[in-house]
Amino acid sequence: MCLGIPGQIIEITNVNHKLAIVNIGGVKRQVNIACIVDEQHPPEACIGDWVLVHVGFAMNRINEQEAAETLQLLQELAAAQTGIST
Amino acid sequence: MKYVDEFREPEKAEAIRREIAKLCHQLEKPIKIMEVCGGHTHSIFKYGIEEILPEAIELIHGPGCPVCVMPKGRLDDAIAISQNHNVIFATFGDAMRVPGSNTTLLQARAQGADIRMVYSPLDSLQIARDNPDKQVVFFALGFETTAPSTAFTILQAAAEEIHNFSMFCNHVLVVPALKALLDNPDLQLDGFVGPGHVSMVIGTDPYEFISQQYNKPIVVSGFEPLDILQSIWMLLQQLVENRCEVENQYNRIVQKSGNTVALQAINKVFAVRDSFDWRGLGDIPYSGLQIQPEYAQFDAELKFTIPNLKVADHKACKCGEILKGVLKPWECKVFGTACTPETPIGTCMVSSEGACAAYYKYGRLSTIAKRTIAQKPKLTITQEPLPACGFSSD
Repeated sequence: MCLGIPGQIIEITNVNHKLAIVNIGGVKRQVNIACIVDEQHPPEACIGDWVLVHVGFAMNRINEQEAAETLQLLQELAAAQTGIST
Repeated sequence: MKYVDEFREPEKAEAIRREIAKLCHQLEKPIKIMEVCGGHTHSIFKYGIEEILPEAIELIHGPGCPVCVMPKGRLDDAIAISQNHNVIFATFGDAMRVPGSNTTLLQARAQGADIRMVYSPLDSLQIARDNPDKQVVFFALGFETTAPSTAFTILQAAAEEIHNFSMFCNHVLVVPALKALLDNPDLQLDGFVGPGHVSMVIGTDPYEFISQQYNKPIVVSGFEPLDILQSIWMLLQQLVENRCEVENQYNRIVQKSGNTVALQAINKVFAVRDSFDWRGLGDIPYSGLQIQPEYAQFDAELKFTIPNLKVADHKACKCGEILKGVLKPWECKVFGTACTPETPIGTCMVSSEGACAAYYKYGRLSTIAKRTIAQKPKLTITQEPLPACGFSSD
């Protein structure tokens, strides 16, 4: 029940009700974005953002830089292992 | 798919696995790690993670599946509400087959109750808009991950003045459950893989007591196979270096202080109950949420008469001990015989995130059972090449 799915916001459909269309692996769904909007991030500024969707709500933005850093660390580990085994 | 496939690459998994094996060798003792979240339990079995770990690491499956910890009495209450003739009862699909004392929501629907499965609490609000002559009740359950969505739904209902809508609130909190586990002397643990999406809401600060008061490390983890492997590796690093800290592997999603907007919504709509009954864990103080008096018109417990009884679990079912991490699913006499996903007796077999269902579905019983029943959590790390691990990329 606590699982979430990454998706990308492609359209704001209702600013007052904070509703947006999110593309989740090719499937487009309407989700509520109340959890990720504030004065710094009004709904209009959310288009293009990657978010984690859970039970019809975008719960948090996905931090692209942190994701890249994690993958970089894992990549370095794999490269180091390859170096050891060859 | 972005942020999914990248965290499933087998060669990277193989690299972490080897690093984990090295750390295990340094520790020279068996390690017990609890993954708190049912979502992690599901991923661990789906990708066969436990099988590729060194034998010295034992994963204990914790109580973090909201369907599994739902006590029978609360299910009876939900079914009683659904049986009111003017009620449409809306629920996530997970809860449909959870056994109450005599029946399930699925069986109640077959017998005539208007019970509908929804994907989001907002769907239940739409049902209320579409059926103004009916009372629509949403079965609100889940940890802090799900609580913001139900809070925002109540706020939406209040803003629109929708009077035929209410919630039967069964939200629970993860920190009191962890405290109850840590105070249980039967459970010996070396560390925790912390819940990823609960932490997305509450942040990592609330876990500081685990490292400071109980001297256990915890690593908040994502749900992809590489996330879980990396979290186990980070935990072992802490143990090797004799550290116990709160660390965050899932920092692409989880921030230290959580999601302020979501927390504000929870605090606005919900109050903490003095006590809440958990299946297997019993009454835990300050572990559940109820609807604030300000939103009493949306509280189904006040709108409907409910039995509100405590009901003991089936004697043969060991879900309680399994949720506490004291027993393994196959140590329950009815596992795989009288209790299967088709005919579940206990909640751990009902929910796809339950430990029993995961063992049953993914057929890992033979290998893991041999390892644990033989009581030989000895170090068997060798210098021989490890077999390849093939994660699927679905």
